Amino acid sequence: MTATHALPRHDRRATGPGGLPRLLQAMDLDAHLDAYGPPPYRGARQLIEVVAAAGLTGRGGAGFPAARKLTAVAEAGRRAVVVGNGAESEPASCKDKQLLWIAPHLVLDGLQLAAEAVGATRAYLYVHPHPGLHQQLGSALAARAAAGLDRAEVQLMSAPPRFLAGEESAVVSRINGGPALPRFKVPPTFQRGVAGAPTLVHNVETLAHLAQIARGGASWFRAAGTAEEPGSMLATCRRADGTVEVAETAIGTPLGELLRLAELPGQAVLVGGYHGTWLTSADAAALPLANAGLRPAGAAVGAGLLAALPPGRCGIAEAVRVVRYLAAESAGQCGPCLSGLPRIATGFAELAAPRPRPRLRADLERWARLAERRGACHHPDGSVSFLRSALAVFASELTAHAHGQCSATSHRPFLPVPVGVPAGQADWT
Amino acid sequence: MNQQLRVNPIACTSHGLCAELLPERVSLDEWDYPIISSEPIPPGLRKAARRAVTDCPALALLLTERR
Repeated sequence: MTATHALPRHDRRATGPGGLPRLLQAMDLDAHLDAYGPPPYRGARQLIEVVAAAGLTGRGGAGFPAARKLTAVAEAGRRAVVVGNGAESEPASCKDKQLLWIAPHLVLDGLQLAAEAVGATRAYLYVHPHPGLHQQLGSALAARAAAGLDRAEVQLMSAPPRFLAGEESAVVSRINGGPALPRFKVPPTFQRGVAGAPTLVHNVETLAHLAQIARGGASWFRAAGTAEEPGSMLATCRRADGTVEVAETAIGTPLGELLRLAELPGQAVLVGGYHGTWLTSADAAALPLANAGLRPAGAAVGAGLLAALPPGRCGIAEAVRVVRYLAAESAGQCGPCLSGLPRIATGFAELAAPRPRPRLRADLERWARLAERRGACHHPDGSVSFLRSALAVFASELTAHAHGQCSATSHRPFLPVPVGVPAGQADWT
Repeated sequence: MNQQLRVNPIACTSHGLCAELLPERVSLDEWDYPIISSEPIPPGLRKAARRAVTDCPALALLLTERR
């Protein structure tokens, strides 16, 4: 067994710069224990200081400082609950699923250590029921129980196949036995979440990093990444040749390198996910995968999705399809989203057709303004961000469409969009 | 006391009463949902704001400390 504060052994045998990969190494429990030892429990709250010094931020999309979330739940003053959120609902992203498949014990260590830090004795792991994944995670939990590794009881929960199922308040609602729908967050989840208890919801990748920080410490974590955004992160890279790779990379790595844009040029790059931002390839190539660098371009790391649209595909057709999907995935609870997104989706499709009516563009912009920042969750905001950046980046294609032309040589869809549950027949459980 | 009017958009069912009771801070969009100004509620508007909160048929309004 390793000493609890020693550097992870794999760090010494790592092949890449900065000791990567830190997370993406396939390990069953024996291999995991051999490499890392049992979870390094150290007493309530002790870990929070180390996580703060490491500068870990949430890897689920919002990028909120992990230590602040831990502190808020720990200080709520009542018995807390911890949730590992693996409901990766971005259709084009698969990094959390991959992590859960190949290194479940890092996630489960992180879940235990987070529970200890905030004083929770109950924990949940919330994931989409991919074929085989639940069984795999169930076996992992059983093996840990047999080895006596876990202190908090862990329950596996299924997320419904909806885009918003992984939104924090939707996660809590589902675990409470309700539908996986976003809720109005007053009071906030860290005060009142699962069964009314203070609740910590962390993305599964965040938990895996937390487990590594508990072993390696803050300066080990900071050996990769930038001073402002330390560490490594998982990114789903959809390259222009159609290949998809989940890469573990130091934060700050140029997007051009991750997507291999020099050899596989794309027309444009989608950054962050379907709530993210389109950039021209030329702009994207030099930008780093880091919020500080992406912010001036109006983009954010988000859920770590990068997609390079191949030559010969129509960016407008792709964007219309995604916006239609996002409108159908509205929870339909808040008026501005319920009224705005379907109009936006239909209006965008009309705008992409020959000879759109003259006022349509102005209507679209007005609906976008009316929809954004008025929902209980960020779905309308993210959808509008996607729309606006598509209108900007594919402006010349849009003009061609208005004249009945399209530059695409292939109409095969590039960005994955689930063939949906028909609107109004939603199953949110 | 620096208070701000907020709407719970899930509870709101677009009755529009708030815009009648507090036109200084609430207007309605083209779908009749309230657009609420983030400006603080000055002392002279507090009574009307409290009335908007208590009279909302959906109980969708709340006064919170300004964030």
